[in-house]
Amino acid sequence: MKNYGFSIVVLVVVAMIGCQSGDSSVEGGLSGTINIDGSSTVFPVTEAVAEEFRSEAPDVRVTIGISGTGGGFKKFSRGETVISDASRPIKESEAKACREKNISYVELTVAYDGLAVVVNPQNDWALSLTTEELKKIWEPEAQGTIVKWNQVRETFPDEKLTLLGPGTASGTFDYFTKAIVGKSGSSRGDYMPSEDDHVLVQGVAGDKYALGFFGLAYFQENADKLKLVGVDAGSGPVKPSMETVKSGSYAPLSRPIFIYVNSDAATRPEVIEFVEFYLTHAASLVPDVGYIPLPDSEYTEQLTKFRNFVKSVNTTSESE
Amino acid sequence: MNSRQKNRIKDRAFKYLGIFSTSIGLILLTVFIGSIIKDGIGRIDWDFLTNLPSRKAEKAGILTALAGSVWLLVMTAIVSIPLGVAAAIHLEEYSRKTRWSSFLEINITNLAGVPSVIYGILGLQIFVRTMRFGGSLLAGAFTLALLILPIIIVTTREAIKAVPSSIKEASYGLGATKWQTIRHQVLPAAGGSIATGIILALSRAIGETAPVIIIGALAYVAFVPQSPTDEFTVLPIQIFNWVSRPDHAFVVNAAAGIIVLLAVTFMMNGIAVYLRHRWQNKVNW
Repeated sequence: MKNYGFSIVVLVVVAMIGCQSGDSSVEGGLSGTINIDGSSTVFPVTEAVAEEFRSEAPDVRVTIGISGTGGGFKKFSRGETVISDASRPIKESEAKACREKNISYVELTVAYDGLAVVVNPQNDWALSLTTEELKKIWEPEAQGTIVKWNQVRETFPDEKLTLLGPGTASGTFDYFTKAIVGKSGSSRGDYMPSEDDHVLVQGVAGDKYALGFFGLAYFQENADKLKLVGVDAGSGPVKPSMETVKSGSYAPLSRPIFIYVNSDAATRPEVIEFVEFYLTHAASLVPDVGYIPLPDSEYTEQLTKFRNFVKSVNTTSESE
Repeated sequence: MNSRQKNRIKDRAFKYLGIFSTSIGLILLTVFIGSIIKDGIGRIDWDFLTNLPSRKAEKAGILTALAGSVWLLVMTAIVSIPLGVAAAIHLEEYSRKTRWSSFLEINITNLAGVPSVIYGILGLQIFVRTMRFGGSLLAGAFTLALLILPIIIVTTREAIKAVPSSIKEASYGLGATKWQTIRHQVLPAAGGSIATGIILALSRAIGETAPVIIIGALAYVAFVPQSPTDEFTVLPIQIFNWVSRPDHAFVVNAAAGIIVLLAVTFMMNGIAVYLRHRWQNKVNW
């Protein structure tokens, strides 16, 4: 009797799956699986590329995980993935783990990511902040002492300073603290953290005396509710935009993002095709998902770098 | 007189407290479901159910996540039901009340309260790494099966316990063996409650996110799994992924995904109610 109920469930399931299969029979193309994992910051870019790649090579199965840059490299160094998404260059400890497993790789820059420092639209005093002032606000020593705007700069109002930012687990937090305070992960603890950028946007939009930071992509989606703060690293205030990030003048709050390709995989035609597709289409896909593309010449350079890598890998594997 | 009035007042007060407590749950549920439906219902159409993931919110669909969830559910059921029911029968009917068996019982009950993420870590080490299943459906199903086994065992035992002992004694009296008694009397009589427990446990499994993320379920999978060794994604991961995107249109997608997940859960609970009802009508003593 018990089997009845269960077999109903199975039947429904089989029927559902049956409806959907039977559309994957394109002749003569590439096939195989490309396993990708790593940073959730890079994920939207890789996803966009994988999506477009479907029409180029429908039989190649691309899978993308979001274990984070560190988690991605862990899998990469075990040989479980062939491409690793990374929002920072590989660390020495991670490179060592790869060497121990005889895994060599090439690093390719695929786009820029920018951080936006934002305030409430009614804020009419903090049009720009120097990197020293940002450091003064965010360094660990500021905890409990820098609590009012006029402590940051004397001309600012004597009002409570409300701080918001991403949680300590996020790559954005690592990156901001490294760029501003000087040491990755070093920050005051008495700000309002949230992993959900919508919460940060709402928090700043709802408090005249709030200051926050997050990925530039989130600002562009919410540009009507927030105001950008220019960042002055010594040569005048610069606001983040396509142009200032591309030219590198919005320093230090813009960074390149990478993919790492395993050398063993660089002998497989579908992987080579995918990476070439990535680098040739990134310029048009990257802005779609809110990041900033490299200059065209830079993409050509990355492509040459990859082709040389493929050549060197394939000649050594043939001679063996 | 006075104390009688007092007791009446207390009686009333308790009744209103009960109504108040019930309505808090109901109101919260209504508000929650209402706001989700308001956000997401307009997004659900055939395309949403059959499209592959996409960076463009309006083109994105949940086909692979839905298929992955269904695959995972069926495989989890196949692994967990025989194990869970057999373990419950053993504990209830065969094992003697020794210290060892009461130690086992306490642990099984405690296991039901272990956070699901712990099962994920266990699954990662045993199924993904040691047994080399990788981030496949197989690894996911075994991990989720572990997660819901304690629930199945506990509910099945309760169901078996509820079978009147007169039935069993009558069966023995007619010369049936222990197995014959279990097979022909106990299990059919307890069937409805067992099925209900199993389905409620499975509806918990379908909503789990943490353990499947840990064992390596992916955020982007553009194919429907064809075999148990394929990689997969599930609805909760797809929803989580959409919620964390800046573009508001993805939040709408997430709401629509939640509606689909809720619909699947409600459907399963509906099946549970139906099964229980049918069994109750069938078994007459």
